[in-house]
Formats: sequence, structure tokens, C-alpha cells
Amino acid sequence: MRRFKTIVLLTFAVVFLHSCSLDFSSKHLKLLYWQAPSMLNPFLSSGTKDMEAASIVIEPLARYDANANRIPILATKIPTIENGGIPEDRRSITWHLREDVVWSDGTPLTAHDVVFSWQYCTHEEAGCTAKDSFRDVEQVVAVNDHTVRIDFVKPNPFPFGPFVGSICPVLQAEQFKDCLGLRAQECTRENFYPIGTGPYIVDRFRANDTVVYRANPRYREEDKPFFRKVVIKGGGDAPSAARAVLQTGEFDYAWNLQIEPEVLSSMRESGKGEVVTAFGSQVERIMVNQTNNDASLDSDTRSVFMDGNNPHPFLSDLSVRRALSLAIDRQVLVDIGYGIAGEPTCNVISLPEQYVSKINDDCKIQDIEEANRILDEAGWVRGTDGIRAKDGVRLSLLYQTSTNSVRQGTQSLIKDMWQQIGVETELRNIDAAVFFGSDAGSPDTLQKFYADVQMYTNSFEGNDPSNYVEGWQCENVPGPHNQWVGVNISRGCSEEYDMLLETLSETFDPAQRIVIIKQLNDMVVQNYWEIPLIHRARVSAKSNSLKGFELNGWDSELWNIADWYREE
Amino acid sequence: MLKYLSKRLLFAIPTLIVISFVLFALLDLAPNDPTGNLPQTIPPEVREEIRESLGLNKPFHIRYFKWMQQFFINEPLNLIEEVTGLEIGDSESRLRVRSWLTRSPVVDLIIERLPQTLWVVGLSYIVGIMIALPIGVISAYKQYSWFDQIGTFISMVGFSVPTFFTGLVMILIFSVGLSWLPSIYDTTHVVRDLPSLWFQIKQMAMPVTVLAFYNAAQLSRFMRASVLENLNLDYVRTARAKGLHDRAILLKHILRNSMLPVVTMIALGVPTIFTGAIITEQVFRVNGIGQLLITGIQSADIPLVQSLSFLFAVLIVLFNLLADVIYGILDPRIRYE
Amino acid sequence: MALEKAATAAQSIQDARENPSPWMIVWIALKNHKGALVGAGVFTFIVLVVLIGPFIYTVDPILTDSSALSQGISWNHPLGTDNLGRDMLARMLSGGRIALAVGFAAMLLSLFVGTAIGVIAGYYKRLDGPLMRLTDLFLALPLLPLLLVIIMLFRETLRSAFGPEMGIFFLIVFVIGITSWMQTARIVRGETLALKEREFVLAATSMGTSGWHIITSHILPNILSPIMVSATLGIANAIITESTLSFLGLGFPPDFPTWGRLLFDGASQIGTEGSTARVIWPGLAISLTVLSVNYIGDALRDAIDPRVRNK
Repeated sequence: MRRFKTIVLLTFAVVFLHSCSLDFSSKHLKLLYWQAPSMLNPFLSSGTKDMEAASIVIEPLARYDANANRIPILATKIPTIENGGIPEDRRSITWHLREDVVWSDGTPLTAHDVVFSWQYCTHEEAGCTAKDSFRDVEQVVAVNDHTVRIDFVKPNPFPFGPFVGSICPVLQAEQFKDCLGLRAQECTRENFYPIGTGPYIVDRFRANDTVVYRANPRYREEDKPFFRKVVIKGGGDAPSAARAVLQTGEFDYAWNLQIEPEVLSSMRESGKGEVVTAFGSQVERIMVNQTNNDASLDSDTRSVFMDGNNPHPFLSDLSVRRALSLAIDRQVLVDIGYGIAGEPTCNVISLPEQYVSKINDDCKIQDIEEANRILDEAGWVRGTDGIRAKDGVRLSLLYQTSTNSVRQGTQSLIKDMWQQIGVETELRNIDAAVFFGSDAGSPDTLQKFYADVQMYTNSFEGNDPSNYVEGWQCENVPGPHNQWVGVNISRGCSEEYDMLLETLSETFDPAQRIVIIKQLNDMVVQNYWEIPLIHRARVSAKSNSLKGFELNGWDSELWNIADWYREE
Repeated sequence: MLKYLSKRLLFAIPTLIVISFVLFALLDLAPNDPTGNLPQTIPPEVREEIRESLGLNKPFHIRYFKWMQQFFINEPLNLIEEVTGLEIGDSESRLRVRSWLTRSPVVDLIIERLPQTLWVVGLSYIVGIMIALPIGVISAYKQYSWFDQIGTFISMVGFSVPTFFTGLVMILIFSVGLSWLPSIYDTTHVVRDLPSLWFQIKQMAMPVTVLAFYNAAQLSRFMRASVLENLNLDYVRTARAKGLHDRAILLKHILRNSMLPVVTMIALGVPTIFTGAIITEQVFRVNGIGQLLITGIQSADIPLVQSLSFLFAVLIVLFNLLADVIYGILDPRIRYE
Repeated sequence: MALEKAATAAQSIQDARENPSPWMIVWIALKNHKGALVGAGVFTFIVLVVLIGPFIYTVDPILTDSSALSQGISWNHPLGTDNLGRDMLARMLSGGRIALAVGFAAMLLSLFVGTAIGVIAGYYKRLDGPLMRLTDLFLALPLLPLLLVIIMLFRETLRSAFGPEMGIFFLIVFVIGITSWMQTARIVRGETLALKEREFVLAATSMGTSGWHIITSHILPNILSPIMVSATLGIANAIITESTLSFLGLGFPPDFPTWGRLLFDGASQIGTEGSTARVIWPGLAISLTVLSVNYIGDALRDAIDPRVRNK
């Protein structure tokens, strides 16, 4: 027994001997990310959480603000045709860097850093997450110390991929010069403690747990930032993160709170904080498989497009797809699963405003009668069990999505609605890491699509859907021929669509491009390759005393953290 | 004794190798993808390149042997270098076991996580033992008394109620209801004065209580059984016949003898301190070893999960051995062949 | 043949004297142990409610009702509804069926494997070494990570083979069974080793009775009591493991309520109206079931272990 006492005494002694602590004064900002940051190099990151945590430190040339406008960060202005930053032939873009920006180690930011970042990310063995931002980039050239020109291999109507937004920032060449290619993996110190130009500097990084930042004394704007310390704590789940801000007040801000609306609203009643939302391009949709995915087919045939020679037994019938969409009461889905975090939508492009088509909005009203009528008319007759069938084909669906309580709730609501039009639904959910992973060996990825319908959220990078609409080209259908890479998941394919896309690539007039993009959206929606359900917002919670905060649906949520301050 | 030990150790090596292989093979088959948590806007070709850069596309046996080499040769060498300050061979280019998620050495991650786990789980283990032993002894000594009945009931409740339920109920009461205790464990908090010590105690209170309760419940039952067994043995009767006081018999003879199996039991339980009460860490957001493992599993970080679960296996084997040895030292009747 | 019969007869007489039948033990154990008597009562009650309940209370556990979300206790919904308007009582009942089914099935599997390995290792000296090494190996495996990995691994395969519900059921039962047989095997081996030296077994062996016969008619009946103790522990362990897996979100799918899953769902909504009840009910159900089973097991252990019997 005496030994135990000694142990306990020792225990407390050791606790005492620990040195230096965080005190919780108003000068400290505490952020809660229920998915903890794993590293602070966005080019190697494994998820949005890493990019967000890194965006406090390292910055791009330009960002998107809360209204999807581009704002210059490290650049002096946004290049346009008018100011000469973009030539008439649209084969390059020229950025001028601010001359007053220094890295947190005191060295100046130069065009060389920008060129290096391009080399770093496009190095063959790097495995860089932002590589797609550099597509069609021929070279990045330092014209002088503070001017950078990016050349494209062909005329590029949207030259704002490279170095715009938190996904593709500028690294310090000096720090990362020995980390090219495969070496990138071994630069632990660099990946954990990147030198940046942002308002805060990494003080302590504990992978998958906590990041502590301190104010950057060399930050370009005087008197900013307002906090001495910023802490990002990670781990747990979204509901408890919300609780920590809204109910117990332990934290100032909690990120990405996709939880049941009633949970949020009842937590809000504690009055310690508020829930903020911001809409971006995220749309939760149901993909309708256009190919036969029967389990008895072999892997070269199952869910393979085969130039249209492998159609789905009943989802290839437009009237069935239409009825499925009509039977869904999107408002109910929003009320139960999303609340203020979502709005019913009938388009795959639901923001920015100028790209949004208005002609599909009648889908927002559920019409079971009409859906039943369409199915009756198309010859789908109810059997004794209430399930419709035609020529021995039953309307029985396998409906898959990722495991997530909101999605499972939505699934069972939709199952109920489809029951009313005589469609039987089997629900299935797959672990998110598998479903969204693209392991060509796994049968459960969304690319394989071994189901009749599947549901998830898709969005596009930046504020321009040009690359996004290219997704529905016939050649983007995933299959064994391209190791299942390809983004045309529903396998919808039409010549008309591809031709219109061709026209888009030759059109440079912004107004005209918008018209075409809207038409493309309408084709996707009216063919019911995809059934848009909910325009989703980002939801976060912040404490009442935190000011200067503006939630952004287009960039990192911490995009303006330099302006955040506390008002007691 | 030495012969027995070396024989057992020799057996442990093939066992561990088989375990490492089984773990590796299982993890390799698991249909998980480290790029699964990336934003949807990242196209599949880029994901493929990321997987390539992680070495995922190499054949199975190459990856396995690479891991073996890194884990059994490189990492121990690094540790030796770090401790002694010597430089052995070309330490710069020595490959280390790296987590896919953080691209940092797995061993560093584990070392970083150890303190939290040791604090919370270790402390709860000690507290659990301190509660369990007296309760077990008294329960046995006064078998079927009201103390025994209540003690039995509480310890039965202790190991019947899952820790996630007790944890949730505590959060409901003390964090949400009364808001006395924080529901999130702050791993960066460092104690330097009385208020910060108070905070540390507050944040450790719930996880430690939940775990200690659970450990104590199991151990006190075991202690009770062990004392009961001894109570009916001849030497106790002899001692009574000699006119020794009951209390003296209990403290001097019975306690010593019945501690034997209990000490073994305690040794056997030590690895669980490290496997970290996965559930408790999850419920109270103590980002320790258990939470590291769960994140690893969720994000398909194979090198991390492989190394961690293998380390657990090593600990289990080692402490099993240790338990046997302790038993042998404490109980002279046991002879090893 | 006749001799063998005589030996069997002699053995059964001896059995009756020394080893009362397992059911006798159960009865004696329960009779002398108030806690166990209550436990047995509670357990029987839970089993009956869960088995018969759904026939009396015929509400569909997965029917969503958007007009009755997150309701409290009422006549329509005796335990309220969850956030999708599903009836909690119906979900508790069907969740209980699954939890108990998993408990029993996994226990049977683990007993079967454990007993088989234990008896074979104890009876055949040649196999003792390898089988016990195998047991040690399993004991050294870190179970929870392994469980999680196996479930991720085979989930979809089994799902496509047996359907979403049965597939997961088989998987979870298999996984729990296959990782919890080791203690049973050790105990059974010990008992078998002891029995092997007893006169009636020696007699049967010397008469040339086959090993299989000796195991089934002499050894197994005599080790039923420790097996029964293992059984109670097995059920308790299986129910807890299932709920733990579900609690980590890796057990049964969300549209398939089990107590663990209900607790998991309830926990994510802590802090909202009525969510406390959604945490308490399933948590209480799991705890009560396991508690009552443990009490029975405790009494059994006391009863068959003469060393700890009443002074």
C-alpha cells in the first residue's frame, strides 16, 4: 500500500514539474476541428482539414471571398484582359507580387517561390493533391523578382487554377528545396512547420491532435492579427464539437457541423454562440446508373458503359428516372436532415448566381400522383406486393451512399417516398473512406457504382464551373479501360452534350459561356442522369464574442482569420 | 528458470512474426483507400498518383519485407542513436516507417501520444487497483455480508455497463447538466501552478473515473475469489487453531498468498494501458494511442495501424511472460522445467 | 461391449454422487444466490419481451414519420420517437432481438471452437503443443483493432452473399466468436487433462474404446459445468462487443437498429430535446442484460467451485 501512495505522490510531483502552459486569456483563439489536421503542407494533405489548418500560415496569390469574388492576397491585383494581365489569346496569365510581403523568417517573397511551388507540385513522384490546378500549364516563369507568368498549352478561358484558393498556395522555395519528388515524404519538419506569409506562425504541431500558432510579427498588415495565439484542437465528432462551442463555450469556433438540424437548434438555445452557414457549390445529388450493374455480370461488364450497349434494365427508361425525381419531397429532406444547412435544389450548379438555371424549379414540389401517372403510362404495372414491374423487370433499386447519419436518414426518407410510387428500395451504406476512395481493386467505390442509384455531394473548385461541366462527357465514363478513373459517374452520355461542350471550349465571351453552361446543366438534370436534391451550405459554429468572422463557402473557412478579434 | 525464460522467449519470436504477417495481410486486403478523405474535386488520376507516391502499388511481399526491415532494424537503430547520441552507419538515408496520413515517422507519433495515454489510462489503472484490493479482501472476509452484497453489485455493474455508456452518462451529468467538468481533453495543457493543476485534475476526472471503475470492478472480483480460496485452506485453519487473531491471519497470511494470482492479473492487464482504452479516449476526446489507432483505421493509414497493432501484440506477449516470471518469483512452489 | 457398458454405468453412478447434473448445479446455484435469482428473472423477462414483444407491439421499427419527430413519451409512442420519427419502443424491441441473437450465436460459436480445441489439446498429447501455441497466438492478438479491420475487410463480401442484414450478422457473430474462444479452450483443456487420469476414463481407454467415443460420452458430459460458466461470460462479452462495434459506427448499418447502434445514434444527439432518453434506454437495456447474465455466471462459478462455496 505504501508503494501506491508513493506512486500517487510522484504522479502529482511530475504534474507539477511540467513547465509553461497556455492560459486562457482573451488573447487566445480556440478552434475545434473534429477531424484533426494531419500535416500543414496542403500539397500532400489527406483532406480539407489539413488545407484549412495550413491556410492560416501559407497563402495563395489570390483567394475567393465569401461572395465568390477573387481577391488578391500575395498579388497586387487580379489579372484581367483590361489590365493586361491576360492576353487576348488567353494563353497565359501574369501576376504581380506585392513587394511588402516577407516570409515569417524575414526573407522576401519572390517570383522564384511561385515557380518553385509549381515545380514542387508537378514533380512526377510528388503525389501532389493540387496537381489538377496545374492542368494545361506549360510553364511558370519568373519574369522578374516580383512578376510571374503562367503559360498554358492552349487558350484557357479560365486561367485561375494555379495559385488561387487554399488548395494551391505558394511554398517557400528555400525551405522546401530539398523536398522535391519522393523526398517530399521525408520532410517531416517542413511538412509540420511550413514557413509562411500568413498572419500566424506554427508554434507547435501535434499530428492528428493539436496545432498551436502564434502571431506573425512580420505580417504585412500592421496591428494584425489580433490574437496572440491560435489553437486548433482536433478529434471527436461533429455533435460534440458543436456542443463545445454552443453549449459549454469551451471553444470559439467549430468547423463543419453536418449534424441534424434539431440538434444544432437546441444547442443554440444555450446562447453561448451562433450557427453560421455559407453556400458554395456543394450539391447533394442522386446519381442514376445508366448501365447494367447486375451482380451476376463479370467485372468487365458490370456497370461498364460499353458505348451504350450495356443499358440498365429499367433506369435507362427516362420516365422511371423522372418519376423517381418527382416522388421526392426535397423540402422534407432539408427540414429533417439539413435545416439551415441546406435548400432544395433542382440544378447541379446551384451557385454562383449567374450560372443558375431557373427552368427546372418545378422539381421542388413533390408530385406523387404525377409520378404514378407517368409510370402507369410507361407500362409499369403494380404487382400484388405493390411493386411495379414490366416484362418481368421489377422496379427494385439498390441505393448506396456513404455512412453518415444524415445520409442514412435521407436514404430512409426517400425509400419511403419511392415506396409510394411502387418502387422498392434496398439501402446500403459504405464506409466513407472506401466509398470516396478510388482504389481500383475495391468493389465499393463510387466510381465502380455497383448499385442502381447512389447519393453524395459534389462540387467544383473555385467559382467557375467550366471544368465541372466537362465531367459529363462520354469519354469521362469510368470503366476498366481507364482503371475506373473518370468523373462521369452516372454514365450518362449523349452526343448533343459533347457537341455543346465543344462549343463551350471555343467560346471566350463570358456572357455566352454562362448561357452554354446553363444549357449543359439543364441537359444533365432533364436527362435525370443526376437527381439534384439539396444545395448544401457549410455550417460552422462560433462563439458570441468572436467578431470579424465571415464564413466562406468558396475557400478556406479561415480565409480572413487575420481580421478575427474578440469583443468581450 | 533461465532456461525456461529463454525457451519462452524463443517461442515468442515466431509467434510475433506470424502475428505481424497476419496483421499485414489483413490490412493489405482491407478495401480502404488513403485518398478517401480528399475533397471530391480532386480527380481520380491525381489520387492514383498520390497512391503511387505512397508506395501502395508495389507488390505485397516487397512492402511486407520493407516494413519488417524498417520496423525491426531501422527504427531500433534510430532509437539507440537518439538515446546514446552515437551515429551508427548512414542514419540520414535510413528509411523509417512513415504514416501515410502525416508522412512523419510512426514511432515519433507514438512517442508523442504516449504521455496522454499513460496519464489517463495508467492513472486509472492505479486508482482502480487501489480501490479494488481492499474491497475484494473485505468482501471475501465477510462473504455474503451487506458489504459483500453491495460490493458485488457495484463491481458487477462496473464490468457489465459498457464504458461508452458510463462515459456518456457522465458527460450528460457533469458537462452538459452541471457544466462542472470539460468534455474535451486538452492535450496541450501543461501544469505549472495550482490553477492549472486544478484544471488538469478536472479534465482527467471523468475519463479516469470511468476507466478506474471498470478496472476496479474486474479486479475486486478477482481479489475476492482469491481470498475466498485461501480462507478455506489448511494453513488458515492451523493458524486459527493456534489461536491467532483473525485480523492477523488475514493481513499476514491470507493477504500475502492471495495476492499472488492478483499480481499476475495486474501484470497481464498492463498492455491494456497502452492499447489505450480506445472507447474511453474516443468518448472524452483524449487524443492518445487509442485515438491514433482509430484515426489510422478510418483513414486507411496502413503503416500506422500495422505498427501500432504489432506493438500491442509485443506488449501482450511480453507481459504474459512477465506475469509468469513474477508468479514464479513470488511463489516458490512453482518450478519451471 | 458389455464391459464398456458396465464402465459407463459405473461412471454415471459416480457422476451422480460426485458431479450433480449441470441443471442441478444451475438450480442449486440460483437457489443459493439471491442476486443470481433476480438476474435470471430479469434475463428471462428481457428475452421474453424481446421475443414476444414484436408480436404484440406491431409498429414497424424502420418506418419514418415526419409528423412525429423527436417526440417524448406518449400513448402512440410509449418510449417516444427518434429524430426521424421512428418509434423507439419498436426499435428497442427489434434491437434487442438482434443483440440477443448475436449474443447467443457468438457464444455458441466461441464455445464450440473453444471446447473442441480444449478437448483435443487435452486428450491427444501430440496435438497439445501446437493447439496451445495457437491459443497463445490468438491471445496475443490485439483484438479490437483486429475486429475493426476484419469487419471492414469482409463486410461487403458477406453482405453480397447473404444480404445486408444476415451478412453483417454472420460477420459479427463470426468475428466475436473467433476472437473469444481462448479462455474456454484453456479451461476445457485443464479439465480434460484431469479427467483423463480418472479411473473410468482409464478403464474405457484400456478396453480400447475409441478416442471420439471417450470424448463424447465420458469427457464432455463431465466438463459441462465449466462450459456453462464460459457460456454466460460468452453471452455477456458478445453483447458488449457488438454494442462497442456499433458504437464505433462499424457494426450493423444505421437502418438496422441494434442497442449499440441506437446508443450511438442517441449519443450523437446529446443535448437536444428527448435525446437523453434515447441514450438512456438502449444503454440501460445493454447494461441490464449483461448484468443479469453476469450474475447468473457468478452464481454458477460459486456453485461448481467447491473452494469458494459457503464456509
